[in-house]
Amino acid sequence: MGKVMLEVKNLKTKYITRFGEDVYSVDGVSLKIEEGKSLGIAGESGCGKSTLALSMMGYYFAPLHYTSGDIIIDGKNISGMDPDKVRTTILGSEIAYIPQAAMNALNPTMKIIRFIEDVIHAHNPKASKKEIRELAEERFAELGLGKEVLDRHAVELSGGMKQRTVIAVSTILSPKVLIADEPSSALDVTSQKMVIRMMRELMEKGYIKSMMFITHELPLLYNVTDDIAVMYAGQLVEYGTAKEMVFDPIHPYSHGLMGSILVPEEGTRGMNLTAIPGTPPNLKRPPQGCRFAERCKYAKPECFYTAPAERMFGENGTRMHRCLMSEDQLRDIYSKENGGAQA
Amino acid sequence: MSEMDTKVQGSAQPEVQEAAPSENKPKRDFTTGPLCLSGRGVTRVFGTGDKKKVAVDHVDFDFHEGEFVSIVGESGSGKTTLSKMLLGLLNVSEGEILFQGKPRDISTRAKKNEYWKGIQAIFQDPFASYNTFHKIDAVLLDCINMRGGKHLPYEKKVEMMTEACSFVNLKFAELTNKYPFELSGGQMQRLMIARIFLLKPKILLADEPTSMVDACSRATILDMLLSLRDEIGMTIIFITHDIGLAYYISDTVYIMEHGKFVEFGKADEVILNPKAPYTKRLISDVPKIHEPWDLDTVVEELA
Repeated sequence: MGKVMLEVKNLKTKYITRFGEDVYSVDGVSLKIEEGKSLGIAGESGCGKSTLALSMMGYYFAPLHYTSGDIIIDGKNISGMDPDKVRTTILGSEIAYIPQAAMNALNPTMKIIRFIEDVIHAHNPKASKKEIRELAEERFAELGLGKEVLDRHAVELSGGMKQRTVIAVSTILSPKVLIADEPSSALDVTSQKMVIRMMRELMEKGYIKSMMFITHELPLLYNVTDDIAVMYAGQLVEYGTAKEMVFDPIHPYSHGLMGSILVPEEGTRGMNLTAIPGTPPNLKRPPQGCRFAERCKYAKPECFYTAPAERMFGENGTRMHRCLMSEDQLRDIYSKENGGAQA
Repeated sequence: MSEMDTKVQGSAQPEVQEAAPSENKPKRDFTTGPLCLSGRGVTRVFGTGDKKKVAVDHVDFDFHEGEFVSIVGESGSGKTTLSKMLLGLLNVSEGEILFQGKPRDISTRAKKNEYWKGIQAIFQDPFASYNTFHKIDAVLLDCINMRGGKHLPYEKKVEMMTEACSFVNLKFAELTNKYPFELSGGQMQRLMIARIFLLKPKILLADEPTSMVDACSRATILDMLLSLRDEIGMTIIFITHDIGLAYYISDTVYIMEHGKFVEFGKADEVILNPKAPYTKRLISDVPKIHEPWDLDTVVEELA
């Protein structure tokens, strides 16, 4: 068991709408990332994946508000910290964040080296330009980007190059945690592969200690991260290692998600895709019972008024699911369904 | 009137089919039917002189009736230019497109309108596909009017709209008096399919219709497209960059690189035994579940 790099305990954050209503987008999320490990977060749009990322950085600007819970980065509790202080002391050096359209974040009038100067000066105003250039050249060469990129403008780079440049710039201070929010979904498969390879290099060379990867593309998560957590309507519904989650999903929602994976492999063509009908609940008035009950095929009457708690299971109790039924009951249902389809 | 009634009732069946649409999928072979749309040496050139860029370069294709065709390629390979030419939104620089065996004539506005009754499209971005000022009833009424139902009584039109909405699992009663922006992305995309259901074109061109919706709504939309194909027997041209998706859904796959088809054939042959190096690369670059993903062999992109 490695050192815990990032720990989140029962985090709750909310958005306040113009009409004064509270929307709890992250509602009681607890998770842990150990040193050298990566965690993937899957879920459909609007389930709170990106809000979770923003909340974990302590980056609270209206309309996002912190409510309760702890965020501990390498032993240091940053929950409830002033966001401006977070920006100068935490972002970049402790946690780095890559948004989906990171390539649009580059100011077209500035050379790449200027962004790096910006990042370093925010934390260490006394760093000299020469030092910064040396560090940047070394880091870019190690990551296979080439020194010449430093003196280019953003418009001279292709989409994949821009994305990789942004990753290199944001991790220049060797942060402990890298949060990547759909870093490759706007890219071609080939550029995506290069982005992923670069993130793996960052981990292997120790420039980042741990990583959280957010995407809705499950085959990608399976190949990139050690663990996968599935999020639904502001809560984690299941958690386990990548292999367990893809081949043995327990919660009906993750079961549905895993049933919709499409890969160019033999056997995909004859597959029955699992469609999950309906839309996620409105978080302004979250349902009283299980949040997935309305869309769940297996929902029983009690699901609509009893909210399920997190239930740990598995060999060492490392897996979690949030369903009223036990894992064995659910496995039974799925195997019966498969048997029925084959017969 | 009674004829109309039976027709409406008769085509209300897909609701039942929808529960298990994939069961009746591989029944028929659609790859050998009569030709629906074909192209001979279709080329599109942008610019002149030094800035000349050949976006689509002498491509030949034959799409049959009821066939589910996927055109796969990376961004910049010319997929969208080709689709615009197929739709008649862009002129063809060289070569010709044949519609149902006859050269396509879209030289005048009236002929173009006639052609568009035979070919319709669903685009990538559902949020940009609707006129924000028109209510959903108006969107669907337009389709009925276009199919010559202009003089039908209003109740009949409502019945047809309700049927189309229930085909895509939407409730028409909830949608009336709503504007398109009040729907979610998946609902909007399904409404697009409801439009196609009303229009019943010969060809549907779907330009990445699922890239902006979630994985679980994606499954619903794909199943709807398949049952729509079985219902109306139309050709679906599916443009995508997701090779796994193309493999799952299509009869025939065309792989496009730099404006040319480098490989085409039945989905099983192309995806499981790729011949062209580009196809091999595309397949190897996609993350997989049962096979390891080789991250080390990467074709360096041009900086």
